Amino acid sequence: MAKYTPHTSEDVRDMLQRVGVESVKDLFNDVDKSIRRTEPLNIPEGVSQFEAYNKFKSMAKKNVVIDTILRGAGSYDHFIPPTLPALVNRSEFLTAYTPYQPEISQGILQSIFEYQSYMCMLTGMDISNASVYDGATACAEAMHMCCDKKRKMIIAGAVNPQYTAVIETYATAGDFEIVCVPEGSNGKIDLCALENAIDDTVAGVYAQSPNYFGLIEDMKAVGALTSERKVKFVYIFNPVAAALLPTAAADGADIAVGEGQPLGISMGFGGPYLGIMTCKTAMQRRMPGRIVGETVDNRGNKAYVLTLQAREQHIRREKALSSICSNEAHCALTATVYLSLMGKEFINVAKQSVSKAHYFMERLTAIDGFTLKYKGEFFHEFVTECKLNVAKLNKRLLKEGCLGGLELDERTLLWCVTEKPSIEQLDTVIKVIKEVASCN
Amino acid sequence: MQLIFEKSVVNGRRALTLPEMNIAEYKLPEYREEIDLPEVAEIDVVRHYTGLSKLAHGVDDGFYPLGSCTMKYNPKLNEAVAAFEGFTAIHPTQPKETVRGWTDALNMLSDYLCEITGMDAITLQPAAGAHGEFTGMQLIKAYHKYNKDFGRKQILVPDSAHGTNPASANMCGFEIVTVPSNSEGGVDIEALKTLVCEKTAGLMLTNPNTVGLFDRNITEICEIVHKAGGLMYYDGANLNAVMGICRPGDMGFDVVHLNLHKTFSAPHGGGGPGCGPVGCKKALCKFLPLGVYGSKLPKDTASKSIGKVKSFGGNFLVALRSAVYIVTLGADGLLDASELAVLNANYLLALLKDKYPVAYDRICMHEFVLTAENIKHETGVSALDISKALLDFGIHPPTMYFPLIVHEALMFEPTETESKETLEYAADAMLKIYDKLYTNPQELHDAPISTAIGRVDEVQAARHPVLKYNK
Ligand SMILES: Cc1ncc(COP(=O)(O)O)c(C=O)c1O
Repeated sequence: MAKYTPHTSEDVRDMLQRVGVESVKDLFNDVDKSIRRTEPLNIPEGVSQFEAYNKFKSMAKKNVVIDTILRGAGSYDHFIPPTLPALVNRSEFLTAYTPYQPEISQGILQSIFEYQSYMCMLTGMDISNASVYDGATACAEAMHMCCDKKRKMIIAGAVNPQYTAVIETYATAGDFEIVCVPEGSNGKIDLCALENAIDDTVAGVYAQSPNYFGLIEDMKAVGALTSERKVKFVYIFNPVAAALLPTAAADGADIAVGEGQPLGISMGFGGPYLGIMTCKTAMQRRMPGRIVGETVDNRGNKAYVLTLQAREQHIRREKALSSICSNEAHCALTATVYLSLMGKEFINVAKQSVSKAHYFMERLTAIDGFTLKYKGEFFHEFVTECKLNVAKLNKRLLKEGCLGGLELDERTLLWCVTEKPSIEQLDTVIKVIKEVASCN
Repeated sequence: MQLIFEKSVVNGRRALTLPEMNIAEYKLPEYREEIDLPEVAEIDVVRHYTGLSKLAHGVDDGFYPLGSCTMKYNPKLNEAVAAFEGFTAIHPTQPKETVRGWTDALNMLSDYLCEITGMDAITLQPAAGAHGEFTGMQLIKAYHKYNKDFGRKQILVPDSAHGTNPASANMCGFEIVTVPSNSEGGVDIEALKTLVCEKTAGLMLTNPNTVGLFDRNITEICEIVHKAGGLMYYDGANLNAVMGICRPGDMGFDVVHLNLHKTFSAPHGGGGPGCGPVGCKKALCKFLPLGVYGSKLPKDTASKSIGKVKSFGGNFLVALRSAVYIVTLGADGLLDASELAVLNANYLLALLKDKYPVAYDRICMHEFVLTAENIKHETGVSALDISKALLDFGIHPPTMYFPLIVHEALMFEPTETESKETLEYAADAMLKIYDKLYTNPQELHDAPISTAIGRVDEVQAARHPVLKYNK
């Protein structure tokens, strides 16, 4: 059995003697007999590292690694350069705690500072925190930033339903009210309905672009509306799309949040991911989570340190706007090193994603029976309707090594194409779908 | 060290390039101005982050007795498993039949965690301890609401509690009532009796508590709160002391969160990600977040769910590391870990307590708290100074100034994975520092001297915030 404890029996004996007790059991005398276990836990005995490795290797084999993933909906299959894990998994990064001791944590603090800088570049916003749990909780935390006396938030149009679900959970918890203004028949925000929904009780508006259906929203119009009505604008963005589209700041956002997983983080069956949160300087004191700032040390060196901590739970306790403590630091590091490795080539990741998505959409909707559901401009996701039973179609695609679009209903699929699949892969998928369509 | 942005000096330099696309580029109707990403060669990006890693201190670099954080060794085996493509390259919405390995691993882990805590079901969705608290508080809120017990708006929190406890309860709309500690650092039972009432929704407790002692009155505390109609919430940050020895469920707790990134050896990653599963007793299972794993779930699990607290299912690659850990150690290894964690803490305490005053002088659990209050009074040297002096010995300082009920607190948690020699080295360092208290306190105010930078100006950082790179 593998253990990670270095103690020999002599060590234990000597240590007990120094402590002044006879046996290890005596160390637990404060635990009353009535609750002290006499039986071992009902968990198998330990095994060697070799056996554990093999056990999990065979579990991993029971998962199917799919070659061509044409699905996003909140988790995106981008190319992850091997250099990336080689760097971020260095154990100085991996096995450190939160950088509470700046003298021995400059590496982590600087990487967070670089992360904050990158997030501000992507969004055009003034301030980024060091991360929260994921995109959905970033949305939810933004509610606490927006709401003070007014406790109502509007979710405008097609926001990722996972985000909506989490926002609603946080709203129920904290006694906030959520009003959803559904998208119009074009799949986009219904600006008139939104305008009517904003009354004196509303604190802020959520809008997502590209939205859940991949459509690029008129965020400038939302920004104009929210600023005219003096409510906060929470802009939900995709960091890859942010390489090309007008920035959240330019569109008038007060807070910009997003899921950072596309930045070099593996899909990992759902986590860990990266919650990005950025805001305007005016909202700095309401930002949750850790923030790193630049300063100097007593030798005159430039240095980085956790700062503006008066916002946080360890100081404010129940008066803090958020309870977050541990965040997603290693995912933030991953995003940072990813962006450093990709550099300006990152813009090509976005360009190739949008181009390949359009290439695929055109060929797909040329197949008899397939139509593009929403006609607006989209980024790398889009929705099709078809005469086929989409569950059956997806089963067939899976046999050919492709994860088809997410089934929104029996006839509707939400597709995503990133820079990763080759044109040949996309053509093969089209060929298979054509076959299925022609058999029907 | 320069920022990566400052190392971008030559236009057109690239670390990586994508393959040619060979199709027409699709032009969007509106573009931003070109984003100013750095242009740095791969070797220089590699050197940059390798350089930064050398300016960090992890468990792999040296002793890390950071109290309450359980900085034990993070096995490389777990990392290897969590890097298997069969786990990483899986889309969260893949069909069931393509994720059987994941389902097996998560069911197994959930079962084990229920067994370790004495709970009936557990959700893996919360991303960290505080997120678990938030989730658990909502289970309690939902429970009272379901029972039409609408007046239960108060959560009792000891004054020794971690800041996340009151903050999480507040996020769930509860009013916080602070419970004083007794002279042993435990819950003041008499005070508790006067504080519980028909408004009590529950009590949040860490046991062993934040001063490293097991609350001997735990069953009575649970009884008092239960009798008043409240529920008991267990902050599992300190579970590392009691695995296989006693279970929160048997102590009388109704809801538990765990920190897999502490007790179950997942690495802390420089601040996260963690994984903060929340387990509960049968009566609360119906409120659990959607998507619960486990092979013996009560039938009504998540039938009246509080909803989702996170996208998809949870920080599963973190959870997976803990599954590997539990399988490797087994029931015997977990018990062994807790026993030796407690032995290590007591040994280090024994080596220090003749010189340094202990906040509560008795056999401790997996951690203990020293107080430098008198030292500061006599010599002017603070808990902070002592911590900074430890840096010059290559040791990560203990947790400072927590819990708040101990002045000038220094909280040591050595964990079970440290050897006797390491503990002796640390004790020796502390004793050397002690000698300087009275002979050369200035040297301690000036420490550290061997680190990459000296003490930083925190006031400047907060007064004139520079929070990002400006060209
Ligand atoms: C006692 C206690 N409770 C709760 C937490 C919060 O855990 P996390 O950082 O995983 O959110 C901590 C973390 O340090 C802790 O020590």
